[in-house]
Amino acid sequence: MSLNPLELFAQLPGAVAQGLIWGIMAIGVYITYRILNIADLTVDGSFCTGGAVCVVMLLSGYNVGLSLLCAFLAGMLTGLATGLFQTVCGISAILAGILTQLGLWSVNLNIMGKPNQAINVNNYDLLVSLRYLQEVLKGTRPFYWSPILVAGLFVVVIVGLLYWFFGTELGCSIRATGTNLHMARAQGINTDFNKVLGLMLSNGLVALSGGLLAQYQGFADINMGRGAIVIGLAAVIIGEVVFARIFRNFALRLLGIAAGAIIYYVVIQAVLWMKLDPNNLKLLSALIVAVFLAVPHWKKSLTAPFARKGGGRDA
Amino acid sequence: MLEIQKISKTFNPNTVNEKIALKGLSLVLKDGEFVTVIGGNGAGKSTMLNAVAGVFPVDDGHILIGGDDVTRLPEYKRAAFIGRVFQDPMMGTAASMGIEENLALALRRGQRRSLRWGISHKEREQYRQLLASLGLGLEDRLTTKVGLLSGGQRQALTLLMATIKKPRLLLLDEHTAALDPKTAAKVLETTESIVNRDKLTTLMITHNMKDAIMHGDRLIMLYEGQIVVDVSGEEKKRLTVEKLLELFSRASGSDEAEDKMILS
Ligand SMILES: Nc1ncnc2c1ncn2[C@@H]1O[C@H](COP(=O)(O)OP(=O)(O)OP(=O)(O)O)[C@@H](O)[C@H]1O
Ligand SMILES: [Mg+2]
Repeated sequence: MSLNPLELFAQLPGAVAQGLIWGIMAIGVYITYRILNIADLTVDGSFCTGGAVCVVMLLSGYNVGLSLLCAFLAGMLTGLATGLFQTVCGISAILAGILTQLGLWSVNLNIMGKPNQAINVNNYDLLVSLRYLQEVLKGTRPFYWSPILVAGLFVVVIVGLLYWFFGTELGCSIRATGTNLHMARAQGINTDFNKVLGLMLSNGLVALSGGLLAQYQGFADINMGRGAIVIGLAAVIIGEVVFARIFRNFALRLLGIAAGAIIYYVVIQAVLWMKLDPNNLKLLSALIVAVFLAVPHWKKSLTAPFARKGGGRDA
Repeated sequence: MLEIQKISKTFNPNTVNEKIALKGLSLVLKDGEFVTVIGGNGAGKSTMLNAVAGVFPVDDGHILIGGDDVTRLPEYKRAAFIGRVFQDPMMGTAASMGIEENLALALRRGQRRSLRWGISHKEREQYRQLLASLGLGLEDRLTTKVGLLSGGQRQALTLLMATIKKPRLLLLDEHTAALDPKTAAKVLETTESIVNRDKLTTLMITHNMKDAIMHGDRLIMLYEGQIVVDVSGEEKKRLTVEKLLELFSRASGSDEAEDKMILS
């Protein structure tokens, strides 16, 4: 078995493009996980909803812009469902997400009509496609068609919009809702409304990302969102660990999350290049995320006054 | 300004944990009145304040603020009329947000949150002046995350937030209890000066009988979900700790007052 570095190098542009597309999803996860302080599992379903809506609309002859917009709106509806489960029905955040996710399985199948809907890049005008990437690299297509550029543009515009939004009165009140419910209510903030709004925004972005990925890979699949939340968390955590010290500004931190997704995909490519059985990828992802989530906890208990060294107090 | 009409509240009704916290409690506060509230642990002081703030619905009775019946209004809507400071310094501020961001959130209490920018340049000057009046040096640290402040600094900031938009009613629930004596005195002094300056109608819970006697122009004592002592005017000015204990044991019909009140 020989490892050819050139082979890995050839895979890099694809990893970066995929990372950027998933980066949009990761930014959506950041909104719930970090800003609203909710672990939202809707993501695994809404990612596929975005892909399904986008592909089915393209197949029905709508243009790519409208298809992506509808994917975004459909994602917002999934967030609305989870949000109403949490606020109106009083269901815990985790369970609310799981319920929506489960229900979306049927919804997504209904949208697509079958578990897998392919879309041929030869017959439709797509915004991003693996084919475009290959053609740009070969020089048979102008550089501005590169999915890296297009997805990168999406990321930059989205980060810009979010930077503005979370600086507004409404955006600030959403941040306060995620930080301290008591304080938010005492300051007259409608915390239920804000939670729903945040979940909608988050899942809208997740679905948009799903719409882009479906185009990029040329199909939407009922399983395309499976484990998406873990990839999103991985990107958020990697982005924070790598860039937290350098990026204090909110917009830069969001860009750091997208960069985290790129790093994740480059690492995955590298692991595949080392001939790891792809079936074990999900196990690897789960372990990586678990370790990264555990590290801050371990750090805390090591530095806490009564931990380990000074321990024995409550023994 | 505040009218509490026979409110009752039972927690966990019809279970083994059933707890009657308020029993048909009534209270009327005149405009600008500063009332201190004392009572043993579990007497229902916090429950009374939380009922007024709308943290939970009451089982019975009505609550009017400035003539408006707010009994059915959710907590976040009542906040338009009410400023609050909690016992826990962590509870009143958003730790991950800056000092100015917290103040900006408070300045918009009771308004619809729009898509305008969250803080305007003009406001910053106002914040600087308000913070300077605290004398804690916070006026030069507008963008510092509130999570980095000490408990006393956070309570002082929460006090500013509660009063930056003049509330019809200020609710203080043992807001100095978690602070060291020196800081507590300082925060209490700030409270007194803000309340006097803006002539705020105020309910202040305290465990410290001296503070309860020293501050405010009326004192009420709660016992088992009811008001058992209510003194104001000249009588309040002449009040002493001994006299208060005596009033309490007479009202509660026992002399458990000593242990209950002094210990707490
Ligand atoms: N959310 C709740 N659920 C169940 N019981 C509660 C709840 N809040 C208060 N109680 C009970 O109601 C009674 C009154 O509590 P409250 O907190 O009003 O007392 P307090 O006068 O503020 O006492 P303290 O001086 O200890 O703060 C207590 O017996 C308490 O255990
Ligand atoms: Mg209390």
